[in-house]
Amino acid sequence: MAAINFGYTISRPRAIDLDRNNLRKSDEILREMPELQTCIGCGSCTAVCTAGNLTEFNFRKVHTLVRRGEYQGAYEEMNKCMLCGKCRLVCPRGINTRGVVLLIKRKLGDF
Amino acid sequence: MMKRNSWQDYQKQIADDRYYYGRSCIRQNFFPGSEKAFIDILRNDLGRDLLDDPMHSSCTGIGYHSDIVPLETIMTVVARQFALMNEAGYENFVSSCITSFGVYTEVLATWAEFPETEEKARENLFKATGREFRKPASLAHTSDVVFHFRNEIAARAKRRLVNVATGEPLRVVEHIGCHYAKIFPKSGIGGSEFPYVLAGMVEAWGGECVDYPERRHCCGFGFRNYLVQANRGYSIANSHKKLESLAPYKPDFIVANCPGCAMFLDKWQYTIAEMEGTTYGENGHGIPVLTYEEMAGLVLGYDPWALGMQMHQVDVEPLLDKMGVEYDPAAKYLGRNGKYIGKPASAVVNCCPTDTVYGIRE
Amino acid sequence: MKMEKMKKKRVIVIGGGAAGMQTALRLARRGIEPVIVEKEAELGGKLRGWYVLFPTFTPASEVLNELRRRVHECGIETVLSAQVTGIAPRSVELADGRRIDGDAVVVATGFSLFDASVKEEYGYGIYDNVYTSVDIERMLGEGRVAKADGSRPKRIAFLHCVGSRDEKVCQQHCSRVCCITGVKQAMEMKRLFPDADVFNFYMDIRMFGPGYEEMYREAQQQYNVHFVRGRISEASPMLDGRIQIKAEDTLTGRPLRMSVDMLVLLVGMRANDDNAALAAGAGLRQSPSGFLAARDHFLGSVRSEVEGIYYAGTVTAPKNIGETLNEAAAAADAVAEALGA
Repeated sequence: MAAINFGYTISRPRAIDLDRNNLRKSDEILREMPELQTCIGCGSCTAVCTAGNLTEFNFRKVHTLVRRGEYQGAYEEMNKCMLCGKCRLVCPRGINTRGVVLLIKRKLGDF
Repeated sequence: MMKRNSWQDYQKQIADDRYYYGRSCIRQNFFPGSEKAFIDILRNDLGRDLLDDPMHSSCTGIGYHSDIVPLETIMTVVARQFALMNEAGYENFVSSCITSFGVYTEVLATWAEFPETEEKARENLFKATGREFRKPASLAHTSDVVFHFRNEIAARAKRRLVNVATGEPLRVVEHIGCHYAKIFPKSGIGGSEFPYVLAGMVEAWGGECVDYPERRHCCGFGFRNYLVQANRGYSIANSHKKLESLAPYKPDFIVANCPGCAMFLDKWQYTIAEMEGTTYGENGHGIPVLTYEEMAGLVLGYDPWALGMQMHQVDVEPLLDKMGVEYDPAAKYLGRNGKYIGKPASAVVNCCPTDTVYGIRE
Repeated sequence: MKMEKMKKKRVIVIGGGAAGMQTALRLARRGIEPVIVEKEAELGGKLRGWYVLFPTFTPASEVLNELRRRVHECGIETVLSAQVTGIAPRSVELADGRRIDGDAVVVATGFSLFDASVKEEYGYGIYDNVYTSVDIERMLGEGRVAKADGSRPKRIAFLHCVGSRDEKVCQQHCSRVCCITGVKQAMEMKRLFPDADVFNFYMDIRMFGPGYEEMYREAQQQYNVHFVRGRISEASPMLDGRIQIKAEDTLTGRPLRMSVDMLVLLVGMRANDDNAALAAGAGLRQSPSGFLAARDHFLGSVRSEVEGIYYAGTVTAPKNIGETLNEAAAAADAVAEALGA
């Protein structure tokens, strides 16, 4: 049908909709690396991040979004990681952060 | 049916007679029949005294909420309305608009909390008009008054909110409007989370309210969100969200408390249909949106065209048929004294114009 | 002189919960004659409503039955179904007009539970499938945890800090034990329903006790409990009776919404409803949170500002069972020293 243009569109919701998001990939990632679930959001990884000092890259935010089933752009974001490993040194929960980067890239190459 | 056991914790004093009527800007333009119906119901059906004073003005709430009218100005306007009420010998203020009601409530609360602002308003009013004012003995929204008389109206009912074909109660979505009780929960019947003002009417008149996930969500008017064309996408997105959430409950109609909500929930159905092809309601002809006066008027046996229901975007005829309301289809667009008032172009959400073939507009 | 020495000192303990029973037991051991005044018809207090205790999953009944057994064994006098209406340093008044005399008073009246229906936006008492942590303990105890229609939940959300850290309901304090209760109940749910997804919505996770942090980590890593940092803003019913919830996922900075089969509200500890009246009558001081204020936080934590009136347990602040039992012993020792026993 020929839609009328009223000069605006119906804004799309920004909410993370856990009823609509498909958590299959997220579950797979957590099954391979259950320690990722222990992230307490302290921000140490982002604070020391070499890539984050130069770009908008935020490791904590990207892996949290992935855990919520928001995969769009995660692969490209993780590509910004230089795998320097400083985040792994500071993580108070001992998460293999570099492993998380590689795992997410492996699992979400399609997204 | 919903267990709204908390509503009785929020009671307010509603005057029983002698009201000073404050009209609504939006309703005088979009639902003029509703304000007329309120006056007629109170005076003729319930035998109450109400003054419809031509001297009073807009409360300037739309300007206030769009950052055009400053606080001091709106306080002075409110002070003037009270002065007019005092001069006419009334002390029960009843506002026909949720935003106005919110403004009056907010101004009275601000004056109580910051007495210097009240002094300033008194000074401004006196300088500008030579008037002085006393605060109202009671402040109510028009729906509070209809709620107050819901049982008297039920006793006089000619029809009930019941499907005459099945005998089942009509399923009603009630929408309250943010400024009714979200700012001051104690100012509304039932508070802000489980308001009972409309639900009480629906239940008293034989209908059944449905609760749905986005019941508390705003209609999206949001003043600035609507008034600037580029922002309307935010505005319509809210009504869209509500309609998506309530449609699975198959309501027979929506009743709205607030002039803006009634307008947007009704008219956005047309816009959504034209923009995206999504339609709601039976056969995709939209879900009728009523004001509480229209609902009360139908219950009391008023003629739907006298109530102004031809002004709706979504046609109300399917609802009238369900309720067993007798009406003259040919008289729909005849105004006062039988004068033709013009007719809207046909659209997907209008089911009655004969020049539309439904569902195949593509 | 000899006669006086032989006459045992008598101390009134108000409240027959964990704090009151432990205080009385310790007093008895120190050669003092305690009398427990309890408003309910039996001893045990809030512990009676609990199923297992964090962080060890020890059945609450084990602790409760042992305390009751010892009280019985020591032959401690108990006055049940007796509401205290007034306290003085050497006596208490009961609602039925009776007066009990003694040489000192220990107030161990505990806390009141926050009434979740006050947070109207969560619809407790209105929507089926919205529960409190207390309901869950009861259901665990009854051996039947299920949705309102009797079916198995597939998705469960816990909300922390209901009635705690919330100015809107005049409860600014942290109730301390709800965080670990949320972790414990999340794990119990996963044990009962391994296929279910469990989400805990929190503002801060406060794991203050021994073994708590380890338990939190176990819940995350072994039980795959999802922790979302954000407070649920509202709950609404869905067509099928499930509950839709909204929150901000603050770590991603985006709003989040989802539907769940059960929403569990972790209700906090409020100051005991009786505190205001008792404090006013006896000249005791309440802290801003409404709990009774001890003389100081360090060396006088079990003493009130009135000579002869002592405190034990959650009457002064939210505490867990272990802390309560320890404090009861400390209170009994302080009383015994003061009475020269």
